[in-house]
Amino acid sequence: MNKLMLGNQAVARGLYEAGCRFVSSYPGTPSTEITEEAAKYPEIYAEWAPNEKVAMESALGASIAGARSFCGIKHVGLNVAADPLYTASYTGVNGGMVIGVADDPGMHSSQNEQDSRHHAIASKVPMLEPSDSEECKEFTKLAFALSEEYDTPVILRTCTRVAHSQSAVELLDREEPALKPYEKNPQKYSMAPANAIKRHVVVEDRMAKLAAAAETSPLNRVEMGKTAIGFITSGTCYQYVRELFPKASVLKLGLVNPLPRQLFFDFREKVEKLWVIEEMDPIIETHVRALGIQVDGGKAQTGLLGELSQTRLAKAMGVTLPASKSLDEALPVRPPVLCPGCPHRGLFYTLKKLNLTVMGDIGCYTLGGMAPLGAMDTTICMGASIGALHGFTKMRPESNSKCVAVIGDSTFMHSGLTGIANIVYNKSFSTVLILDNSITGMTGHQQNPTTGLTLQEEETYPIKMEDVCRALGVPRVRIADPAKLDELEAAIKEELAAEEPSVIIVRRPCALLKYVKHKPPYHVDTDKCRSCRACMKIGCPAIRFEGGRASIDDTLCVGCGLCQQLCHFDAIQE
Amino acid sequence: MTKSMMIVGVGGQGSLLASRLVGAVLGECGYEVKLSEVHGMSQRGGSVVTYVKYGDEVHSPLVDFGEADYIISFELLEAARYLPYLKPGGKIVTSTQVIYPMPVITGAMDYPQELVNKLQARADVTAVDALALAEQAGSPKAANVVLMGVLSAATDISEEVWQKALEKTVPPKFLALNKTAFALGRAAGKG
Repeated sequence: MNKLMLGNQAVARGLYEAGCRFVSSYPGTPSTEITEEAAKYPEIYAEWAPNEKVAMESALGASIAGARSFCGIKHVGLNVAADPLYTASYTGVNGGMVIGVADDPGMHSSQNEQDSRHHAIASKVPMLEPSDSEECKEFTKLAFALSEEYDTPVILRTCTRVAHSQSAVELLDREEPALKPYEKNPQKYSMAPANAIKRHVVVEDRMAKLAAAAETSPLNRVEMGKTAIGFITSGTCYQYVRELFPKASVLKLGLVNPLPRQLFFDFREKVEKLWVIEEMDPIIETHVRALGIQVDGGKAQTGLLGELSQTRLAKAMGVTLPASKSLDEALPVRPPVLCPGCPHRGLFYTLKKLNLTVMGDIGCYTLGGMAPLGAMDTTICMGASIGALHGFTKMRPESNSKCVAVIGDSTFMHSGLTGIANIVYNKSFSTVLILDNSITGMTGHQQNPTTGLTLQEEETYPIKMEDVCRALGVPRVRIADPAKLDELEAAIKEELAAEEPSVIIVRRPCALLKYVKHKPPYHVDTDKCRSCRACMKIGCPAIRFEGGRASIDDTLCVGCGLCQQLCHFDAIQE
Repeated sequence: MTKSMMIVGVGGQGSLLASRLVGAVLGECGYEVKLSEVHGMSQRGGSVVTYVKYGDEVHSPLVDFGEADYIISFELLEAARYLPYLKPGGKIVTSTQVIYPMPVITGAMDYPQELVNKLQARADVTAVDALALAEQAGSPKAANVVLMGVLSAATDISEEVWQKALEKTVPPKFLALNKTAFALGRAAGKG
């Protein structure tokens, strides 16, 4: 039976069919749906871990216990999990272990455009790269087989266009490999120097064997056609090459680490010109050139930035593009915005009003940096707001009263705790605002350790962030409601003035949560509106100016009432 | 022969359901289908696009400049934004709904005027007030299915296939509402 499936859904199907028993992940676009879909198979134990490092360590633990295990994360999540990855390469596995990592070329929903293949090379772990949903499923299964055959974790790398594209997948039955016996083996699993020195030998030997296997592996496929130009490519780029040159010769790589050698020489001999097509960094191209093979086109033409497509490839290769029309005027862009009723809006309005320096973090609230709110100075990585605030205020002590960090609930549990410990331990008078909207928002509503619910929405012990902060020694911890602007502003001013570390938990659930009841839309009494535009300062997509007066779009307004608090003339009414 | 559609709009308007419906319709017709969506940040009120490719053999899941046979837009400015993706001779089906983007809300730019006329001067465009028809069917949320009804009138795929796909993709609770919305859209499309 064939089914149209998202790449991520197909990876989950691969986990099911491969007999995977354990999945531990942290949500991150474009990888999130793998774990959400895996959780729908009762045969698979699936969970959200607090961060990628814990997720990967848990998957390794499950593998050592003898189960086939999986960890699904995005490219920047692999940085967080890099520590266990580089040593899991040494310990190898017991049950097969696969790490799904989704890159985001073009940065649709990411803070950088890094190429995960570097991690595979540096950690000496094999990496597979599927090019559509069927391969997502098949490569997941092959990755488990490879993992057990070569005693290594295996990385399955996708990108946005593979993870979030749907194509047909053939559904097969589940294998049920038995739990492998666990035998105590510290020489293999306990990487103290004496053991690790010996394991490093095993790692190098394994990679040499895998490189030899890459020459003949069915994962790497030569499709001979016309020989004027031959392409070496992998992943989604294979689809762009095929779209543009349906009859060209192509060497399609499914195993992108380690790369073959002789296969490249043989392919080069059969074609007149050779192009290497890959997104982001020239990993394959550099390898091919280092072998002394002449490359006629590659990164010099396709560039290092953003995604490729058949059209970008056509441009790079000087192929004529189809004609197209456009309007002869500049159109306003439509960047993402905080939703109507978003609890973050009141907070960012207040931070801007107080003219504070705001160290930001990763989540929906990063949108608080966009005009007209524009209240964010930095965004680096998960948890960086707290460390950045600490360093900034240590060097500019006068800014203690003018500078805050903002971090979401899930991000706080992911990487915020150690930042708080640092503030307390090293005595900075920082003010940290934890934006608790009771869910992991940006990635589409995943539960986290503070919500009291598991991935499967079963009840569990909720971790109370106010208790955590107090236990970490923060002397001043308080709760504030971002819907009550006056109280919120007073709370922030008080904590900024205090010469002690402080945390304000700014708490109100995400407006998109099903249990959050929306009120009827507000409306503007145009006789009372004086066109002062005070209500426009909050950047609500439901409020616009028409005929010199404010008006509220009743299809968008959810009745949060924030704008009413800003109107000086009582013109906004329920 | 591969054909292409783009479903465009503003994050949160329900384009994912529309793309599921189109995927089911094209699958029912026996085509190889690829759909490409963008999740994550742009779903928060940003410009969103779903690419649909179908035919005997489909490679790239992306639709690029000058390639789309159909553009289905949930919002007027978004129809204008993606016009360069339309193939010469292609068709645009758009809702006349206007949602101001942030540069217009902040006053940095004006919302372009006369967009329907400008689009019609450059392409084959059917513009309908999908929101009003959806409200007539019972819920403004069904505007996406109204537009699918309009699209159905522009394709040579039989109505029966669309109805079957509706039954497959819409929860039973909302099926009657969506069937009405589809019928209103289809009638408007036949105009």
